[in-house]
Amino acid sequence: MVVFQKPHALTDAPFHYCPGCTHGIIHRLVAEVIDELGIEGKTIGIAPVGCSVMAYNYFNCDMIEAAHGRAPAVATGVKRANPENIVFTYQGDGDLASIGMAETVHSAARNENITVIFINNAIYGMTGGQMAPTSLPGQVTQTSPYGRDVKACGYPIRVCEMLSELEGPEYLERVTVNSVPNIRKAKKAIRKAFQNQIEGKGFSLIEVISSCPTNWGMTPQAALKWIDDKMIPYYPLGVYKDRSAQKEEAK
Amino acid sequence: MSKLTFNTDNCKGCGLCVDACPKHILRLATDKINKKGHHPAEIIDQAACIACACCALMCPDVIITVEK
Repeated sequence: MVVFQKPHALTDAPFHYCPGCTHGIIHRLVAEVIDELGIEGKTIGIAPVGCSVMAYNYFNCDMIEAAHGRAPAVATGVKRANPENIVFTYQGDGDLASIGMAETVHSAARNENITVIFINNAIYGMTGGQMAPTSLPGQVTQTSPYGRDVKACGYPIRVCEMLSELEGPEYLERVTVNSVPNIRKAKKAIRKAFQNQIEGKGFSLIEVISSCPTNWGMTPQAALKWIDDKMIPYYPLGVYKDRSAQKEEAK
Repeated sequence: MSKLTFNTDNCKGCGLCVDACPKHILRLATDKINKKGHHPAEIIDQAACIACACCALMCPDVIITVEK
């Protein structure tokens, strides 16, 4: 009996990610959810710009490559034109929280019926480790060699907290993938985000705290620990908005 | 009888599976090099494997198949 195998929704192409990068885990979780819900034939994914720019090589469903940061805008168009399809975007923090902030906020405000998978690794990975809007105060990056100075560069943006102030979004949750229990929780959250879309509930965003061993300058093991020690205290895990649950409580 | 299969050519030798294994029966094969140039993960004691799939859940490159 097979206990675990590569999900069908992933292609056989080997990931180009650095050793120990958790992008691969998150790709797999999305693919497993697509398999379990049986929606591979009608799913359309939107790839971002960033490390996961070639995500279209790895998913067996239809994929579109969006301009930098514009994945939610493309997803809006695809979903409105083909409401029977399941549309998800897969975006990093340089894509979603930086150049694509307007698209993210407005698609959430409009409660577009799409699923957004947001990978937060607190750094620009693909371009070589520059400071991102999500880099932690004091974090050393290529463009902040003495640590992020909040007086000059401002404070990191907590996307889930910010979007939770809007009336629009249906479901916002922050998870991580630095341990086996956390991976199981992350899969549950991603599954719910896709389920919400199937039920027509609206905008779901899952923020996944991810690691970047190469640009953080750590071993993969140390990077997973750094998530626990540094990232989680600034970006607490949990559900930030769940309108369906709120309605249930109100009843 | 549980069985682990590694797609060794795609292994990047990050070692996350080694740390995830509750039975401590995985290691990076320092005497082997795969076509990517990494030391691939391997199982030391197949009989001790409980097929919990923790290694496969943690593997970022989805190279592990677990059978029971």
